[in-house]
Amino acid sequence: MIIADRKPLEEIMQMVKDSNKILILGCKGCVTVCNVGGAKEVGILSSILKIARKKEGRPLEVDEKTIERQCDPEYIAQVKEIVAEYDAVISMACGVGPQFLSEAYPTQRFFPAVNTTCFGGATQHGVWSERCAGCGTCVIHFYDGMCPVARCSKSLMHGPCGGSARGKCEISKDVDCIWDMIVKKKMGEGHLEDLMTMKPTKDWRTARDGGPRKSVREELVQ
Amino acid sequence: MRLSYPSSVKVIQVPCTGRVDIIHLLKAIEDGADGVYVAGCLEGECHYLSGNLKAKKRVQYVKKVLKEIGVEPERVEMFNLSAGEGPRFAEIAREMAERIKKLGPSPVNMKKAA
Amino acid sequence: MKDLKAGSNLEKVLKAGHFAFTGECGPPKGANIAHLKEKIAHLRGVVDSVNITDNQTAVVRMSSWAASTILIQEGLEPNFQMVCRDRNRLAIQSDILGVYAMGVRNMLCLSGDHQTFGNHPQAKNVYDIDSMQLISLVKKMRDEAKFMNDEEIDVAPKLFIGAAANPFADPFEFRVYRLAMKIAAGADFIQTQCIYNMEKFRNFMKLAVDMGLHERAFILAGVTPMKSVGMAQYMAKSVPGMDVPESLIKRLRGAGKGKVAEEGIQFAVEQIQEFKEMKGIAGVHLMAIEWEHRVPEIAERAGFLPRPKVE
Repeated sequence: MIIADRKPLEEIMQMVKDSNKILILGCKGCVTVCNVGGAKEVGILSSILKIARKKEGRPLEVDEKTIERQCDPEYIAQVKEIVAEYDAVISMACGVGPQFLSEAYPTQRFFPAVNTTCFGGATQHGVWSERCAGCGTCVIHFYDGMCPVARCSKSLMHGPCGGSARGKCEISKDVDCIWDMIVKKKMGEGHLEDLMTMKPTKDWRTARDGGPRKSVREELVQ
Repeated sequence: MRLSYPSSVKVIQVPCTGRVDIIHLLKAIEDGADGVYVAGCLEGECHYLSGNLKAKKRVQYVKKVLKEIGVEPERVEMFNLSAGEGPRFAEIAREMAERIKKLGPSPVNMKKAA
Repeated sequence: MKDLKAGSNLEKVLKAGHFAFTGECGPPKGANIAHLKEKIAHLRGVVDSVNITDNQTAVVRMSSWAASTILIQEGLEPNFQMVCRDRNRLAIQSDILGVYAMGVRNMLCLSGDHQTFGNHPQAKNVYDIDSMQLISLVKKMRDEAKFMNDEEIDVAPKLFIGAAANPFADPFEFRVYRLAMKIAAGADFIQTQCIYNMEKFRNFMKLAVDMGLHERAFILAGVTPMKSVGMAQYMAKSVPGMDVPESLIKRLRGAGKGKVAEEGIQFAVEQIQEFKEMKGIAGVHLMAIEWEHRVPEIAERAGFLPRPKVE
């Protein structure tokens, strides 16, 4: 799923500094799963902002609402009646949410409360790690189910580089060297020859490098 | 045991401190409490195994967040004691009340500050 | 001499069967050409060619191609280095044509240290292609006179292709295979990461020789003389892919105050003597960065002088 981290409180406070009444809009999708923008986190942010503003002597009125998702027009439509009541709206969804909201309600100001980072999954309770870079041409089956594009710091196709040490990436001891894992798995299975073939250079057109992407299901488009 | 502890301390009973969540601590501060503390079982002796450890993490989170917005993190605290330690319970209550007295009224509590 | 791919001095020296000796120099952190010329002056006549690093450790310096052309003007032969970190395939091919036009004849194809190491960690990461693909690309441009997209090149760049090998990175068992891949991709010569663990390196070379790699590419052993105990400890702890045995650190410490640098050079000279006799080693690559003035002395003591002149 899409992973995000809440922005620093100072930054969020700055976004609503001219507002007296705001709505915090959560999302039941990815941000609920990674505990950063669901109903619970909306409540927490609401309380924090109210405390901070009370302290300043300029109380902030905060309404809380969490919708199914912020990446589908039918859910975005659910806030139609209320959206104009506020000085500003904070969206706790991933980067898609505030944009869809802005498009649907151009006269309202929408602020992102989270920094969207990557596609990943839970590796441990409370920890989410990157697994996919969205390159548009998935090749994990050539690497025994591991992705060097997303998980190698240099996106090497023929790793590991000379900086791989004790299974860790040169950039940090907290980052596993995915190539160490790929090589060990391949050699362990007796498939060294898979690693010895030259991979063609990557076609980055399907990645963000080729420009903003669109997926069309012809069978569904009216 | 009929030991006395400061009347400024209001007790809210929960079956396990694991039931106490971040929002409860924040709401207490938001609604004007000058301080809030969580008294849980000794670590390793939680009746529900790890409820007190969860509470500890949540208290740490709230302290961090309060610091970020300029509220003294000392206003929120976690204490551990055994259910049989009546005197320790009273002692903690006195300790926290004393701490809050020194800190003064919560900066959030405009009415009292005025 | 026939069968020359680029006709560089390094290529000629190696193909004539001499034990090669290359040096290294980092470009200035500015446009201080005078300082660059000073440093390389020590290397003139002492080495067969000089590596010119490319934003080494992701620290911004004058570009390798520019410093390389200055070397050519000063009568030295550069080993132009290109890392994949900072350029996409357009800039890569463009620079390859450019350096060749300016007289460069040796090129090392490297991945490049990640930008988090350097002084501009906020930079965007390129890595459009990796070092393996870069080697293959240079070979294609040289031997097929074709760009990556198969379009024809109007006067192809004839470069002697180099690559790096690190026998001390992990996983050890795979390193010799990766080296084999680089040679298969088109590497003509290899320079290894600086060696301190001689035992491990001997094992690595045995594997490489068993695979016949020394017959398909020239392998040069990397040497960096230790200047101080601090340097040894730093390299042992903080440089990824570096293997510095405790015995060496002990030896340096034992040399006594003021004599550590001399001991470091002595160790380097001993290594070089062994490399001269080691099967599969075609030369030595000396990385005495910011210590260029000691290179003539090391060259003398290691018996490298005078350098062979090959027509």
